[in-house]
Amino acid sequence: MITKEATQVAPAPAAAVPEPPRPAKRHRAWDEVPRWQIYLPLGIYLLFTLIPFYWILLFALRPAGSTSLVPWPMTFEHFEKVWTERSFGTYFGNSVLVGLATLVMTTVVALAGGYALARFDFKIKRAFMLGLLCSQFVPGALLLVPLFEIFAELQMINSLGSVIIAETVFQLPLSMILISNFIKNVPTSLEEAAWVDGCDRFRAFRVIVLPLLRPGLIAVGSFAFVHSWNHFLFALMFLNNQDKQTIPVGLNTLMSADSVDLGALAAGGIIAAVPVVIVFAFIQKWLITGFSAGAVKG
Amino acid sequence: MAQAAAVAKPPAPPRRRRASATPRRLPYLLIAPAGLLMLGFIAYPVISVFYYSLQEYNPTKPWRNGYAGFDNFVHIFTEDPQFWGTLVFSAKWVFVEVGLQLLFGLALALIVNQTFVGRAIGRALVFSPWAVSGVLTSAIWVLLYNSQTGVSRYLADLGIGSYGTSWLSDTATVFPAAVVADLWRGVPFFAILILADLQSVSKDLYEAAEVDGAGRFQQFWHITLPHLKDAIILSTLLRAVWEFNNVDLLYTLTGGGPAGETTTLPLYIANTSIDAHDFGYASALTTVAFVILLFCSIVYLRLSKFGGENK
Repeated sequence: MITKEATQVAPAPAAAVPEPPRPAKRHRAWDEVPRWQIYLPLGIYLLFTLIPFYWILLFALRPAGSTSLVPWPMTFEHFEKVWTERSFGTYFGNSVLVGLATLVMTTVVALAGGYALARFDFKIKRAFMLGLLCSQFVPGALLLVPLFEIFAELQMINSLGSVIIAETVFQLPLSMILISNFIKNVPTSLEEAAWVDGCDRFRAFRVIVLPLLRPGLIAVGSFAFVHSWNHFLFALMFLNNQDKQTIPVGLNTLMSADSVDLGALAAGGIIAAVPVVIVFAFIQKWLITGFSAGAVKG
Repeated sequence: MAQAAAVAKPPAPPRRRRASATPRRLPYLLIAPAGLLMLGFIAYPVISVFYYSLQEYNPTKPWRNGYAGFDNFVHIFTEDPQFWGTLVFSAKWVFVEVGLQLLFGLALALIVNQTFVGRAIGRALVFSPWAVSGVLTSAIWVLLYNSQTGVSRYLADLGIGSYGTSWLSDTATVFPAAVVADLWRGVPFFAILILADLQSVSKDLYEAAEVDGAGRFQQFWHITLPHLKDAIILSTLLRAVWEFNNVDLLYTLTGGGPAGETTTLPLYIANTSIDAHDFGYASALTTVAFVILLFCSIVYLRLSKFGGENK
């Protein structure tokens, strides 16, 4: 009784905090948007989004020469053909290797750098940050020639290492900015408490900070993986042997063949999409947090 | 314990000295791997592009290689009509793509920011093309646009258009066709960025506006849009740079054709270096592209007064 009266009296002078009666009103405000104004545009956009996906499934699953709009009777001949005859099996393995190596390298290197940026003040920090920012304007595609020269000098042409390094380097700036923002969100006092308890810096980092960074690391790692999985020009330029090529290059070969085998192209496309779909299904819930903590705020 | 807490300040100096036996060097050690990689594989290549741009450098014609001064640049600006063509197309491409992506992305973000039944699955579905790569996008749209078995065939069955139409090989339709394909993938990206920022708008502001009798449009105009301003400016710039630089999609979708109709400047550079091996000229073109990109970015940031109030 007393508290109720108190809360009713208190807001009057403040005027800005009339909390209690609000919730009902807030919901009304948001739900006021007529349902059709949500579902109609969303439905139209959904069609635009999904028809292309349906189309590629259709071509991948229906027999060659069929013009049916339903993939029935279903066949997997295109997948078999692409996997064995068009060496997508090999490409797939190479892409997995490149993707995982890029993921590990990007995460580890960006974690170290991100920690330094988040927790220390040092002389070249401003210059370093400026460098990170500027590198966002450097198009990888336009650096193909000098990069080719460097890898030729290092005897790394035709080795997956060249692609892994190039992908990592172009992932680093954004990853580092993201990770350092994540680390900044972890209160320094947590670490300091661990130091007082006798932990050295590395142990305190490993035990206290690292577990809290997991969502951020997952977001950064999956971006690195998906990016390197999808990227095309570095592999096209630095890898000449067919048995070293990656999936996107394989797709491009299927597209630029004299007579395009649409079934094979569709099946190849689906093979290319599978790992990405798995990764995104797995990290959906961290994606938006990852972005809002890093890219936009930073 | 209470004593220890009370004198927490004084012991700090010795602790600092001990905890970091490598106090000065540690941050440098930590950024060293990233710094070295970026110096070696971004900074050095950038510098060497500037260097090559002053050279005649073509591995297939080694007898002509050597210092060329500004010949490459003179050639670009006075004797290369293709350069101007690609520049105009680049501008058109970036302008149309980013404009439409911003428009649709904003609308999409506002829609999926509402509470409605099936929101989670709706979000996941409309955002899904974002994960699709440039090459895969091309593959999908090559299937859709195919003259024999693409969408046009089924439209023809319904009496719309005629058989055998390929929108990608007709100069009249190739631009819209490429734009639509890229929108399919680009709109979700924009929508995700904007949505992330939308979620940080305080609901109290809307309530206050509601009390003051502001309509939904007024709320959008006076609360949502100003709040999103910085995010929109930044993502528009990043997107524009990205759309300008991105080669994957057009390279594989149209190859820059038909008749060079869809060749952006970066695609022209890639063709000049990969196919023609004219590394010196490609480097000069790259330098020009850099300058244009940098200039446009600075002008854009100035005009939009980005971060003007914060710093």
